Amino acid sequence: MYPEGLHYTKEHEWIKLEGDQGRVGITHFAQSQLGDVVFVELPKVGKPLRQMETFGVVESVKAVSDLYCPVTGQVLEVNSSLESKPEQINSDPYGQGWMIVVKIAEPKELRDLMTAEKYKAYLAAEGH
Amino acid sequence: MKDETIGIQGLAFHEPLLFDQGSKGRTACSLPESDVPEVKPERLLPKKLLRHDIPGFPELSEVEVVRHFTRMSQWNYGVDLGFYPLGSCTMKYNPKINEEVWRLPGFSRAHPYQPESLAQGALQLMFELEQYLAEVSGMERVSLQPAAGAHGELLGMMLIRAYLESKGNPRKRVLVPDSAHGTNPASSALCGYQVIQIKSGPKGCVEPHAVAEAMDEDVAAIMVTNPNTLGLFEEHIAEIAKIVHGKGGQVYCDGANLNAIMGISRPGDTGIDVLQFNLHKTFSVPHGGGGPGAGPVGLKAHLAPFMPVPVVERKGGRFVLNHNLPSSVGKVRAFYGNFAALVRAYAYIRSLGPSGLRRVAEVAVINANYLMKQLKGHYHLPYDKFCKHECVFSDARQIPHDVHTLDIAKRLMDYGFHPPTIYFPLIVRGALMIEPTETESKETLDQFIAAMKKIAEEAEREPELVRSAPHKTKIARLDEVKAARQPNLRWKGKGPVEESAR
Amino acid sequence: MRYIPNTEADCRTMLDAIGVRSSEELFADIPPKLRLKRGLDLPPPLSESGLKRQMDALAGKDADVDRYSSFLGAGAYNHFIPAAVSHLVFRSEFYTAYTPYQPEISQGTLQAIYEYQTLICQLTGMEIANASMYDGSSALAEAVLMAHRINGRQEVLMPRAVHPEYRMVCGTYANKLGLRLIELPYTDKGTTDLKQMKAALSPRTSCVVVQSPNFFGALEMLEEIAEAAHAADALLVVAVPEPISFGIVRSPGESGADIVVGEGQSFGNHLNFGGPYLGFFATKEAYLRSMPGRLVGQTEDKHGRIGYVLTLSTREQHIRREKATSNICTNEGLCALTATVYLSLLGRTGLRELALLNLRKTAYAKAAFSKLRGYDVRFSGPTFNEFVVRSKKRKPAQVNRALLGKRIIGGMELGRFYPELADCLLLCVTEENSREEIDALCKAMGGAR
Repeated sequence: MYPEGLHYTKEHEWIKLEGDQGRVGITHFAQSQLGDVVFVELPKVGKPLRQMETFGVVESVKAVSDLYCPVTGQVLEVNSSLESKPEQINSDPYGQGWMIVVKIAEPKELRDLMTAEKYKAYLAAEGH
Repeated sequence: MKDETIGIQGLAFHEPLLFDQGSKGRTACSLPESDVPEVKPERLLPKKLLRHDIPGFPELSEVEVVRHFTRMSQWNYGVDLGFYPLGSCTMKYNPKINEEVWRLPGFSRAHPYQPESLAQGALQLMFELEQYLAEVSGMERVSLQPAAGAHGELLGMMLIRAYLESKGNPRKRVLVPDSAHGTNPASSALCGYQVIQIKSGPKGCVEPHAVAEAMDEDVAAIMVTNPNTLGLFEEHIAEIAKIVHGKGGQVYCDGANLNAIMGISRPGDTGIDVLQFNLHKTFSVPHGGGGPGAGPVGLKAHLAPFMPVPVVERKGGRFVLNHNLPSSVGKVRAFYGNFAALVRAYAYIRSLGPSGLRRVAEVAVINANYLMKQLKGHYHLPYDKFCKHECVFSDARQIPHDVHTLDIAKRLMDYGFHPPTIYFPLIVRGALMIEPTETESKETLDQFIAAMKKIAEEAEREPELVRSAPHKTKIARLDEVKAARQPNLRWKGKGPVEESAR
Repeated sequence: MRYIPNTEADCRTMLDAIGVRSSEELFADIPPKLRLKRGLDLPPPLSESGLKRQMDALAGKDADVDRYSSFLGAGAYNHFIPAAVSHLVFRSEFYTAYTPYQPEISQGTLQAIYEYQTLICQLTGMEIANASMYDGSSALAEAVLMAHRINGRQEVLMPRAVHPEYRMVCGTYANKLGLRLIELPYTDKGTTDLKQMKAALSPRTSCVVVQSPNFFGALEMLEEIAEAAHAADALLVVAVPEPISFGIVRSPGESGADIVVGEGQSFGNHLNFGGPYLGFFATKEAYLRSMPGRLVGQTEDKHGRIGYVLTLSTREQHIRREKATSNICTNEGLCALTATVYLSLLGRTGLRELALLNLRKTAYAKAAFSKLRGYDVRFSGPTFNEFVVRSKKRKPAQVNRALLGKRIIGGMELGRFYPELADCLLLCVTEENSREEIDALCKAMGGAR
């Protein structure tokens, strides 16, 4: 449920390193808390983001949640298929449910993030 | 006749949309013959401003229209049909005489701009209602302008902002407890304030130390709901007010739950500077399927210079509208307020009088505590102490059977009741917020209690029955995910939108 | 206590069950110094018949449009209301229901709102409409805030030909968020000065507001305004306080509006001395997520049966709290239902005929005033059912006073809002004003001293 090799935030995003880029989405826990996702709002390609700046919003029927960018960088790609198929976030949060790709500006920021193991411990400590 | 056009069960009817029935040229309208020359519209308006048709608009006879809406009304549940224990909504009985008096021609057929000399009855009513509401709440002035509770909150925050601005600094933040209605933070934000959440204490009330920690010279106000959304009186309200005032802040009270304390305690005597009334809750104005309501705002004298215009005043023996308040915040709506709602509230207060209003609060609180006591053994009660107008349970005891608050709510419909407010306040997980009001008899409460107990039993023995409820309504649970993913917000036949706007 | 069923004895039984001696114990958590130690100082209770007499006496002090012939409009219009409207709206299944949060037992309200949303889209020529706002003025204020949410810009072009109270409400709402309203003058046609408007447009302009028919009754050239606004990447917000005009006047949507708001009082709602009225709000699908207010959508249940639900609520305060698109909760549901019933009765031909009748009667009255000694028609532009008359000799207040003696309520004295129009009256003529009434008005005004 929480793949090794990804880096996790306390706000329940993950980032996967792909060279000097990072692919970003929300975790299994986040999607299960939200329930059926009905809408995602994502930034435009080219938008610069600071670490933990909000880059969009994800909504279910009765809840809404801001999305936080795990690292500083510029948006290179946006998963536009989520516009018509937001359910991919529920069914495949680490695959088809990815949200954006960013060009990582400060690789050392990855040290602020959690490993899968630490993230699981964090969830447990939060009572989940 | 196609199957879907006949009743689903006996006399419960299907009823297609307005746009899917009728026939071309049909109308329910009989206009008077024109007594002026029938000039062609092309001679009166430039061609490019003229409209020739509204494709898709209804074409129905009067009897079709009457049946359409009558049938639809039968799919609704209302207070006149049965018990409606929606917490924090105060769904009390709506007296019928009030529905007659607001329709008197001198009220319903009066134009807002007609001369004051020809509106003395309406103005007198507004003048006196302001005094009555001030007396009930312990405030010094009341603006009748806001159209609803949230509208009143917004005006209240505007008054606070204007007052602080007049002192030189509007400040930046507003404190809102975590048990507040969503309208509180939204109204603060609309007023340009940042919202800081205050955690409720373990006993369900706001604690003075939490306020003291968050309070500084940048905080404009605190918004407190009292009695709060757990149905509890904020015991420390006077101390909290003192702390906030001590740093130059203002205290706003969301008066949505005033029903529990009328004649017993007055917000104005507890240190409140401004509060809104929900006339469609406490003062028996019907909710109308979502309005209109009215949300007058009570305020202390130091805020009076900022009231929206106009205000009703008495000059000699006459009532006048005073538009000249140089420091006024302006207006939050056109004209003077939801007048027809004000008429009903006035009639209600005159019907009950001082002793009646106090009796309302007492019986509302007795009813709520009786319900709480009877259900306590069957549902989890997170805050176990005497409540005011409502009590809040949760689904904690049913969760082991995979039965949740939503299921309990839906199952209540099968027993003929409107469900309570659910999943609010947010600080109680799976909240079931029950407000019986004073207009329900003990027998009704006993029936509701019996149904709730039965559902608790069902949750253990036949959980699927509860999970798949309701079973006896016109439709089953609806697919809300589909509604949100593929929004279908209007009938899309051959409308003008398809033809031109795209 | 005719509204409280439980007797003293019932209460006694319940208090015993609770385990307290008296209701006082239930209030023990209220600190003594916060208790009211006296009775409320209010008039004593009235019987139902006593109340009726009291209310009759109050209402009897007011004029009403049945006993006077009235030529007042200015945002509140006297139209005939068919009997079926009140019979349907006064079904208590509608008026004693709450907001339809539980769709299984609220399908009546929900389907009616869906129909209302459709009717508003058809009339305005827009793609989506919400379930209602408080009134036309607050709907306009919300539209201005929405435009700001969409493009983040700070300036609002606000013609003086917009209803003065609407402008005031917009100002009250907008200045808390740092928006700036820039006034635009009107021309001798009674319409907004387009040259000045174009000159005021800039990259700071969030939206251009136009009212049509405007406060002087004149129809604005929306298409041209839309082009100019869009060329500056600003939004066009159109306000329509007299929506009967939709029956004969081209829709704002067809003319390029981005947001259309207005006042639905004319659709079967009483004058009510100013409220409750009905704010309607429509826009384009592209702006769905920025829209304030409730929305009803069609969906289905597990058996595939069609039903209606409140949807897209994540925009609203109960979910998004301080980030919501508006703080609105209770709206004007019953007034929206009233409009739905009214429009169903009038229908496709009825609304057009009614609008035409208003247009013709107003044209008749306008022609009469253009010939009347001592008066002229102040503006030259095309109007719907209101127009401005200038009194060349007597003060408007004097004219109106003289009319009252003949049981005629004259027009609004414009000096109250426009010092430069202190000699002018705004007159409104609807289907409720017969030719005889119009003739009597002219005669009385011609002879007023």
